[in-house]
Amino acid sequence: MLRQLKKIKNVTQLPFLAFIFAFLIGGIIIALTDSEVMSNLNSPRKFLTSFLAKIGNSFLAIFQGSIYDVNLARGESFFKGFYPLSDTVVNATPLILAGLAVSLAFKSGLFNIGAQGQFIFGAIGASYIGFNFEFPSLIHIPLALTAGIICAGIYGGFVGFLKAKTGAHEVIVTIMLNYIAAFFLLWLLKTETFLRPGNINPIAPEVKESAQLPLFLGEDLRIHAGIFIALITAIFVWWLLNKSTLGFKFRAVGANANAAKTAGISTSFVTFSTMFICGALAGLGGAVHVLGTNHALGADIGGSYGFDAITVALLGRASVLGTVLAAFLFGALQTSGLNLLSVTGTPFEIVQVIQALIVLFIATPALIKFIFRVKSETAEKTITAKGWNG
Amino acid sequence: MKYLSAIQKRQLRGIQVMSLLLVLFSFVFYFNSTKVEDITFGFVIDQEWQLINEWVVASKSGSGLFLLLALIGVALAYLQFRNGKQIVTGGFIFGFGIILAFLCWTASGKFVPFTGILQGAIMFSVPLIFGSLSGLLCEKSGVINIAIEGQLLFAACVSAMIASISQNVFIGLVFAPIAGMLVSFLLAFFAIKYQVDQVILGFVLNVLVIGLTGYIYSKLLVPYGDVWNLGPTFDRTPIPLLSKLPIIGPILFNQTIIVYLMYLIVFVIQFAMFKTRWGLRTRAIGELPIAADSVGIDVNRLRYKNVLLAGLVAGIGGSYFTLGAVGSFTKEMTAGAGFIALACLIFGKWTPRGAVTAALFFGFTTSLQSNLSIIGVSIPSEFMLMVPYIATIIAVSGVVGRVRAPAADGIPYSRGNR
Repeated sequence: MLRQLKKIKNVTQLPFLAFIFAFLIGGIIIALTDSEVMSNLNSPRKFLTSFLAKIGNSFLAIFQGSIYDVNLARGESFFKGFYPLSDTVVNATPLILAGLAVSLAFKSGLFNIGAQGQFIFGAIGASYIGFNFEFPSLIHIPLALTAGIICAGIYGGFVGFLKAKTGAHEVIVTIMLNYIAAFFLLWLLKTETFLRPGNINPIAPEVKESAQLPLFLGEDLRIHAGIFIALITAIFVWWLLNKSTLGFKFRAVGANANAAKTAGISTSFVTFSTMFICGALAGLGGAVHVLGTNHALGADIGGSYGFDAITVALLGRASVLGTVLAAFLFGALQTSGLNLLSVTGTPFEIVQVIQALIVLFIATPALIKFIFRVKSETAEKTITAKGWNG
Repeated sequence: MKYLSAIQKRQLRGIQVMSLLLVLFSFVFYFNSTKVEDITFGFVIDQEWQLINEWVVASKSGSGLFLLLALIGVALAYLQFRNGKQIVTGGFIFGFGIILAFLCWTASGKFVPFTGILQGAIMFSVPLIFGSLSGLLCEKSGVINIAIEGQLLFAACVSAMIASISQNVFIGLVFAPIAGMLVSFLLAFFAIKYQVDQVILGFVLNVLVIGLTGYIYSKLLVPYGDVWNLGPTFDRTPIPLLSKLPIIGPILFNQTIIVYLMYLIVFVIQFAMFKTRWGLRTRAIGELPIAADSVGIDVNRLRYKNVLLAGLVAGIGGSYFTLGAVGSFTKEMTAGAGFIALACLIFGKWTPRGAVTAALFFGFTTSLQSNLSIIGVSIPSEFMLMVPYIATIIAVSGVVGRVRAPAADGIPYSRGNR
């Protein structure tokens, strides 16, 4: 028992300290750039109190904006205070799926920068089925999700196909395909099929009620069934990677492509199928986002989910559980950004800074150990990304 | 059939793809083309709209002409292949022919400012060239640099701010490389001292810089914009004599100082990388650091130096966004140029010449796209916007194929860890 506790401490200590350190730096930046704090510069005591107060207020705003807001609860029910938490989950859902798309690629030695494009294609596919047809919910939702999965799967699989057949580097191709997807979406939203009737703004019709993911905690909260889809998918990806033959092949190619080839694994097949599944995962993220949260396909449907997904996967060190936890953390930080802006007047870009610092410090255990003077065994290094030569 | 190596097989497939595309495009641009109107290629000096020359050609025969050029490109590629050489030159002639044939087909009945397109090509490729050279300096010495976007963006932001408060472009230009080197320092520090995975590191630095500049922008540059974000820009300074050359003069030699600096840096890097002791050592630590160490080269010290140098180069490139163009900074104004630069570097197979060519190619297709949108062609503008990206994918998968990075790229070096 004691041993297990020690093990848990070993695993969690450094990430926790990295987390604290990143928030500390974020707080210092917030305070040092605040005009009110800086106006007290001539009296050290006043400066220090206002400095600390500013940091404290900002962190409180981040907590209230992402998990539980007392102000919301005060007026109405205790339950209502969890509104920010529901938003956190809503924001985390697409990040889990897109993050898994990046993590899975890392596992077989590929760097998938293309989650953004795949996400967009997933949203396109789901939205088309969603607004164009009328079915009972039980058929409509799976059908729309499948459409998103297939569209994005093909889009991702194309990268794998090119890499396997011609050797085109997946980093270049995925970067280019992200732009192409964004422009394709812009064009699509001008076509007759996709443009909402009587509207000049580029937005597609709202998906039919039967295709919308149910709001299982009532109409007041934005939380929808997408989170279950995301979590079930995460379990599936875990099973795929660790328990299935295909996943074994993925990991074998990721660990050492030459050895895998010698052992009779077709690297071309692995490259193609990895990218297909990655595309499908990111696409499912897009589909869930459009069916659950946005309900209509707009030009900005992709947001920066695909880009953030890479940071999520890096923070999660490409493991399934890590990616899911990282997605929740990022979802929470992003949700809190608005509250931070409205309460303390701090631009929400600071959230991005904190996110980057967290990933940076978690990747640098030696620095954290040095700063906090801790002696702990370094967790084994999980290789997440590799150089260009694979 | 004699035995073909993997590279030869790929080259052969590349030629097959080119031939296939040629046949395909011939049908679209020539045999099936119903466009008979004339197309006017104007050779105009953009600034004064002084027409030097114009070339009027019927759309269909123009297409035919350039398709012929593309055919010559394919034939050349095949000859190169037969002689066991690289097929890149043939590939580029092919690409050029196809693009111009497409231009003849699509812009039928219109006026095409040809020199304007080339001028735009330089304009679009300047930051890409700086960025890809920055990546080159890092990666040749064995440090993966995905943080190009961050270097460009930070330098753009800092140089605009400094130029704005000092109201002096040159002071802004001095601070741009310093900003780039700051990002580079973080890259070097974490990659070399703490041996952080360099792909993670580069990506995270990008996010950090995007967040930080966004924060500065919202907190400082928007509310106090008239002080902090109203910088002057460089004027074009024509080089005497050279700028009077027909066509290439105004394109190449009537530019801002930043562009001239770029010419200088391109030549210096190309020369230094292959002809000097520094270049030899740099390539050695990127390929086999143990061997370099065994002859007394301090691997990590040289890596530090080169990564900082890379920041300097990217920093100047970043200032082009602000000082070289609009003067003021906007959020995420580099808009992924760093990633395109990274693609150019890989596309150019980690050689200075290749990276610059790739950047120019990308700049050319982007400029073509923007000019055609202005001319107003029948293709939806979104598809025109895709052209540079699609062209890059075709080029990468058809001609360039599998590439090989420096062998030790991304692998931290320490003596105990061989």
